[in-house]
Formats: sequence, structure tokens, C-alpha cells
Amino acid sequence: MVLAQVDELDPFHLFIWDPIWFEGTAFEINRVVLLMFLASALCIGFFWLGSRRGSLVPKGIQNLAESAYFFVRDQIAIDVIGPKDGLRFAPYLATLFFFIFFMNLLEIVPGINFPVTSRMAIPAMLALLTYIIFNVVGMARQGGISYFKDTLFPPGVPMVVKPLLAIIELASVFIFRPLTLAIRLFANMMAGHVLLTIFFLFTHGFLVVDFNVLTVPIGILTGVVAAGLIVFEMLVISIQAYIFTMLTAFYIAESIHGHGEHDEEEAHDVGGARADPAKPAGPHVTEGMAEVA
Amino acid sequence: MFEVALQLAQETGGGGVTDEGLKSLAHGLVFGLAAIGPGVGVGLVFSSAIEAMARQPETAGATRTTMFLGFALIEALALIGFVLAFIV
Repeated sequence: MVLAQVDELDPFHLFIWDPIWFEGTAFEINRVVLLMFLASALCIGFFWLGSRRGSLVPKGIQNLAESAYFFVRDQIAIDVIGPKDGLRFAPYLATLFFFIFFMNLLEIVPGINFPVTSRMAIPAMLALLTYIIFNVVGMARQGGISYFKDTLFPPGVPMVVKPLLAIIELASVFIFRPLTLAIRLFANMMAGHVLLTIFFLFTHGFLVVDFNVLTVPIGILTGVVAAGLIVFEMLVISIQAYIFTMLTAFYIAESIHGHGEHDEEEAHDVGGARADPAKPAGPHVTEGMAEVA
Repeated sequence: MFEVALQLAQETGGGGVTDEGLKSLAHGLVFGLAAIGPGVGVGLVFSSAIEAMARQPETAGATRTTMFLGFALIEALALIGFVLAFIV
């Protein structure tokens, strides 16, 4: 089986899947799309189970779902965007986080072993959504022209540097932001998937398909490394979901606040923390928010 | 699997430098070279963040957020190299 697959040595077997239903239409369904439905179902099921009872003292899965949502709301939305606007964007950010997380999680689920996000279309779509959201929010909050003016010509910059900076900002904000957002998630998950595949394939090849005294130790070694890589991929899975969500929040925050205001706020935060260690600005504010809510 | 590898080694080993061989070399070099700078950069980000957290534990939350932001931006460079290695 493995020999037959390797024999063809065609890398596109890794990337192209046979359609299952609706072949040739825009709604073609293959294994990847089915796995994406599975991830959505897991996401919905998890939060449906968590919010079904709604008891005052959370227990079991409700506890897990609530602390998971609070993590996104407090650590990402409120910390990055701010207390008032953060709450408004928390539902979208939480949806994004857990959708990506469950799609990534399928990478290490035995029997599936395929992260849906390692197909470019899905990170690209999510990055496009982020792109639309932060641009629309910026235009709504700061006004269409002043949003572009503030983004391209940040205040407090010498006149000489302005044209150069405008080009750099144009490229980095409107071209590289969505591009890197999508490529980061896609490349991370594909790299992990290829790494795991290679190590499992070698373990299988050295121990089962073609083995002698020399290959068995190598096979055991690759097997151990593959097991270690699964643990490492667990880390990557959560970090990538976190980073995608946090960058989305950061872009939204920058659109809301604009350049000048945001810088002032940051300076104020740091200054406040230094002047009064008993009342720091960062995490303690969010803890207070969680208690109030 | 090993028969295939052996076959490949014989095919490419016999004929000297081939276009195919140079292409494989390029694949490796693209990602290898692209990983040097971000490797150093990610190390700097994390070392500075650890130092900042040790000095001012009360701002650890803000530091962690900024750390991941810098980490993500640097990591993107390495990953672009990884994707390019497939395209080259």
C-alpha cells in the first residue's frame, strides 16, 4: 500500500482529492469539505453542550466552554481591542478561534490526520473576512477618507519621510497583512502535516514493510520522534489559532483607534504601570471585567 | 520504499549535475536560507520578552500579547520561504 503510493512519487497526490458529491460544480464536496463540516459540527456541539443548562455554578463541560470563551474574550478581545469595543467583537473572535482550533485539531486526531487549514482556500477565506472587517470598521469609525489618510500618513512623521512611509504602509497594511495572515496558518499546518506524514511513513516502512536488523532501530527512533512531534503539533495548533485571532483583533484595534490615539494609549499604559505597580493597566483590568460580567 | 530511494540515488548519482538535481538543491537552499534570519529574530523576541516578564511581572499579559505579535510577524518570513520552496 505504502510502496504503491510512494512508487508513483507524484506530490500532487498529497494535495488533490477526489470529489465525492456534486462533481464539477462550485459546491463540489470532497474529503476536505466533509472534514470542515465535521469541525463546524464539533464547534457547534461543544458550545451547544456547554450552554444547554446555563446553571449559575458551571460544572463539567459548561465550565470548559465558559472558560474557553472567557479566554478569548478577556485575553484577546478586551486586552487587545479595549473593554468597550472588545466586547462587541468577542463573539466573532471566539468563533474564529474555535473554528480554526477544531480544524487544526483534526491534524492529530487518529484516523483523520488531516488539518483542514492546510488547504489554502480556507485560511485565505478567513483572512479575506478579517481584511474586510478591519477595513470596514476603520472606515466606519474614522470616516472613509481620514481612515486611509491616517493609515498611509501617520501623524508626527517628518515631511521628508512621508512619501516613502506611505508606500511602505500601503504595501504592509493592504497587501501583506491578509497575505501573511493566510500563508502563516496554511504553511504552519501544511508543514506540520508533511512532517508527521514523513515520520509515520518512515516508521511504517522501517518496521513493517521492509525490515531487518539495521532498519528496526531507525524505525523505533522515527516512531519516538513522531510521537514527540504530535505533542509539538498540539502546541502549534493552539498557538496558530491564537495568533490568527490575536492578529485579527490587533488589526481591528488599529482600525478603531488609528495611529495617533493608539500610540498615546500605549504610552499611557506603560507609564501607568511603572508609576503605580499596585494598579497596573494590563491584565488586572480584564480580571476586573470578568468579575463584573 | 527503499527500492525507490535506491533507484533514485542511482539515477541521479550516475549522470553528474542535472537540472533535476539543481532544482532539488534549490528547494533545500530556499527554505534553509529563509530560515536563518527569522531563526535569529524569533530568538531575540523571546529572550527580550522573558527578560521583560522577569523584570516586570505585573505587565506580563501585555508583554505576552506583544511577544506573540512580533513572533507571528517574524515567523511569516520563514513560512514564505517554506511556501516558496514548493513553488520554485
